[in-house]
Amino acid sequence: MNLHILRNQHLYVAVFVVQAKFELDQLTVHAEKKQLVAPGELLAEGPYFAGENTYRDGSKIYSARVGLADVIGNKLIVVPIKGAYIPRIDDIVIGRITDIGMSGWQVDICAPYPAMLPQSETPMQHGRDMGRRDLGHLFGVGDLVLAQVIAFDRTRDPLLTTKGRGLGKVTSGRVARISPAKIPRIIGKQGSMITMLKNETLTDIVPGQNGVVLAIGKNPDQERIAVEALYMIEREAHTSGLTDRVRAMILEEMKGK
Amino acid sequence: MGGQKKTAQLVDSNGLRVDGRRIDELRPIKLEVGVLDKADGSAYIEHGKNKILAAVYGPREAHPKHIALADRAVVRCRYHMAPFSTEERKSPAPSRREHELSKVIRESLEPSIMSEYFPRATIDIFIEVLQADAGTRCAGITSAALALADAGIPMKELVAGCAAGKIEGKVVLDLSDIEDKQGEADLPVALMARSNVVTLLQMDGSLTADEFNQAFEMATEACRKIYEMQREALKTKYHIVRDVEMKDEMVEAKA
Repeated sequence: MNLHILRNQHLYVAVFVVQAKFELDQLTVHAEKKQLVAPGELLAEGPYFAGENTYRDGSKIYSARVGLADVIGNKLIVVPIKGAYIPRIDDIVIGRITDIGMSGWQVDICAPYPAMLPQSETPMQHGRDMGRRDLGHLFGVGDLVLAQVIAFDRTRDPLLTTKGRGLGKVTSGRVARISPAKIPRIIGKQGSMITMLKNETLTDIVPGQNGVVLAIGKNPDQERIAVEALYMIEREAHTSGLTDRVRAMILEEMKGK
Repeated sequence: MGGQKKTAQLVDSNGLRVDGRRIDELRPIKLEVGVLDKADGSAYIEHGKNKILAAVYGPREAHPKHIALADRAVVRCRYHMAPFSTEERKSPAPSRREHELSKVIRESLEPSIMSEYFPRATIDIFIEVLQADAGTRCAGITSAALALADAGIPMKELVAGCAAGKIEGKVVLDLSDIEDKQGEADLPVALMARSNVVTLLQMDGSLTADEFNQAFEMATEACRKIYEMQREALKTKYHIVRDVEMKDEMVEAKA
């Protein structure tokens, strides 16, 4: 199956080289780059690949969600404006323990599926085998954990691990819950926004891919300001000059703190 | 055309209806997307005197677990009329009609939802009629489709709904409450405009084969017009996003 696609890719590369002089975007692509599209809108016709959030019907490719259309090579994608968090392997997430089982914990990661953190995926504690009571000592119900997704597919709920640098129970800081689609805006282009936030609020900011963001500072005021800044970014993610306005808000709040 | 005989009970004279509309004229429609903060997606529609709120939650965990499907999301729909939506207070308990409309609306929206993306989850659709004036199931479908899109749920396309009917022997578009109550037939239709697939088709009353074809044509044409309005509503809600993205890119290019 993969080989088949590769073969076609080579074919198309040859075709595109010949047509390099033409405005490829005009040929059979109907959507402009960054055009706002709705479900069912025609994006392109012909030998293009239907990328994420698009689908193919016959020779045409349509958008499946509300978002911004983009063309990457010969692949059409739609970057959605809104959507639930669907876990991906290797994502760093912040979740809340909701239940303790025989061999692990159930974690709410704000996704359509509850996640599992097995005891075997926590760092070894003196090599001991833990019973249920001891599991509660490690993470209790209601605790927040910083974890990484190690497994997820259509047939089962996501699996987490806390074996990793910096992972484990969250012991201090404040948490903001924002839409997962806005996390890239929190981070900013090449980390510009998140670096600014860290520097101006003097907190360490850990964004979870599931939309939960942790801010750890030396005092509660810094953390509160950081969280306010995060919610401000979520509200105004679609406006320009946001970085400067958020910085101004933070500086105003930080006076005398 | 009308104008002959009858007096007080007229719903049609000189080609105009009680509310001044022509035979093939839609009632005014207003659409707004994203009106409820807490819902994952929402939309509000005013179709004539109908005022309807649609809210979508999902995809979310299936509760109770046993209703979950292994390969796709379960779509649930609740159509409900508020007690104050009609002149005579409507009891808040779900009536047999609401039960049927919930099912029928769900079946009209399901073909457009790409539920295979979310196995073992649920997508819940709520349609609350705040003011009713005939055609609520169609307006409910129109607003629910927008709410689903607003929630970021992958869909093949938007579904739009509109009804046609027969009053005083004439086939007309988009019945109002008086016309529905006194008319001879009511034909609600929902259509996926791009793929030309009808997802809702019901009939109440009697139509000849010719009249049916006429009414069906009228209703589907109206659905296409409503689909354009749905697209406009979505673009109005989100157009600023694109402008900012473009500006960010230009700033980057200069840097």
